[in-house]
Amino acid sequence: MTSPHAKATKQAGTLAGTAKAKLSEQVKRQAARRLARKQTPIVPPDSIANRAMVLVIAIMTFLSCLTLGAVTLVRDTAATWQTQIAREATIQIKPAEGLDMEEALSRARGIAAGHAGVRSAEIVDRQATARLLEPWLGAGLDIEELPVPRLIIVAIDPVERPDFAAMRAELAAAVPSAVLDDHRTWVDRLVAMARTTVTIGMAVLVLMLSATALTVIFATRGAMSGNGHVIEVLHFVGAEASFVAREFRRHFLLAGTRGAAAGGAAAVMVFLLFSWWSSRNMATPEGDQTAALFGNFAIGASGYAGVGVVVLLIAALTAATSHITAIGHLKQIDT
Amino acid sequence: MIRFENVGLRYGMGPEVLRDVSFHLPERSFQFLSGPSGTGKTTLLRLLFMALKPTRGLITIFGKDRSRVTRQELPLMRRRIGVVFQDFRLLDHLTTYENVALPLRVRGREEASYRADVVELLKWVGLGDRMHVLPPVLSGGEKQRAAIARALVEQPRILLADEPTGNVDPQLARRLLRLLIELNRMGTAVVIATHDIGLMEQVDARRMVLSGGRLTIYD
Repeated sequence: MTSPHAKATKQAGTLAGTAKAKLSEQVKRQAARRLARKQTPIVPPDSIANRAMVLVIAIMTFLSCLTLGAVTLVRDTAATWQTQIAREATIQIKPAEGLDMEEALSRARGIAAGHAGVRSAEIVDRQATARLLEPWLGAGLDIEELPVPRLIIVAIDPVERPDFAAMRAELAAAVPSAVLDDHRTWVDRLVAMARTTVTIGMAVLVLMLSATALTVIFATRGAMSGNGHVIEVLHFVGAEASFVAREFRRHFLLAGTRGAAAGGAAAVMVFLLFSWWSSRNMATPEGDQTAALFGNFAIGASGYAGVGVVVLLIAALTAATSHITAIGHLKQIDT
Repeated sequence: MIRFENVGLRYGMGPEVLRDVSFHLPERSFQFLSGPSGTGKTTLLRLLFMALKPTRGLITIFGKDRSRVTRQELPLMRRRIGVVFQDFRLLDHLTTYENVALPLRVRGREEASYRADVVELLKWVGLGDRMHVLPPVLSGGEKQRAAIARALVEQPRILLADEPTGNVDPQLARRLLRLLIELNRMGTAVVIATHDIGLMEQVDARRMVLSGGRLTIYD
């Protein structure tokens, strides 16, 4: 007969055996899991140089996108100035001895309206003329007492502009005291100013993008310099140049995209913030003043597309730099 | 397998580091490359590994003239040569297992296809329980064995080892030597660059001695 002590010892032994088998099974499973886990990337994932590169890329992308947005804003505003001014012409009829002003106005309007490219011709009535003069001559002005010239506002189709020379000749024949002002001088000045502003903006943008490109190249090369030993080891274990370049390109494309996307997103947020502020202050004097100068502060679809293009270009530039640096390093090893 | 004929090498416009070096490394051979420090042992290994081109002479590797090997052919030829560097050159962010499997990974092989082989190799070099450890926590001897395992994982036809026992104690040096002898018995030619006379006295093998840039062979 087995003693209770011996029985207990046997049971304990069986339990210990089962526990040991279970533990060994667990260890094997853990080992298998560890082996089956995702492989570590060949290029070291995160280093100080790498993080610094991502930060530099983010900052430079942010500044480039802001410059691009500013240039887009200036270009759009300049275009708006031009079209708004070019959309109108004015016929001024000066009072003259024996001139029936109302009849002359009506005749001149008829001539203007008869020309192709003229959308409408409106006579500025007496009240409106008085209001125009109010800042200089005060309220309660009787316009009949003064020899005030009268105006006709001619709205023009900006695409198909009328023949101003023919209109001017016809007006001179019909109403000798009429003067047609097609705002040519103003338009020419504004066009010149807008072109200069856009050219300066584009030059600033080109400089900014060049600076960004160079900074990205140097930051990428700096981050790559810490990986020289990885390239060497890969080379000596028989990796083909295309494999080494691909590994680095992939790694730096991801890092570059991360930085560029962060910078681009920050710039878009700034634009959205300005746009929101501008729409909130639309009816206030500050808002009107800002809108008069800079338009409505919205960079539009082309501006956002531009930000996207800058982000993609910078990410591609990072990848291309790492590719060229890796190939260059391999060539140096094989001399 | 590898033949050198009147090979000379100089760095830039400097003096010749190697002069009229001629020898033949047959298949399955075992030899020591020795000589005082700075006599060009590592340079000769670099020539054998095709990391350098000779300034004169003829090198034939696996029946191919070295000077005609293109940049694209180099990686494919290197896969037949295993190298153990003096400073190990393990990648610190990869585990021992990943370091050893690296030559297979760079060939684009699926991990499942080589996992069992790499684990077996790690056990053979005595690193079965250290395969998930990162190199910075390995001892000098363990790093050396990991470097040897990496050099062997593709079953090369020749193994070049630069001072493989330089960083380990004499007992471990003997163990590593036995490992290399066993490898040689399995059919891999071995060249061990060393200036450790004690190590060379343990094996009756061919000795290639470099002195003043010239090579003398003692069979």
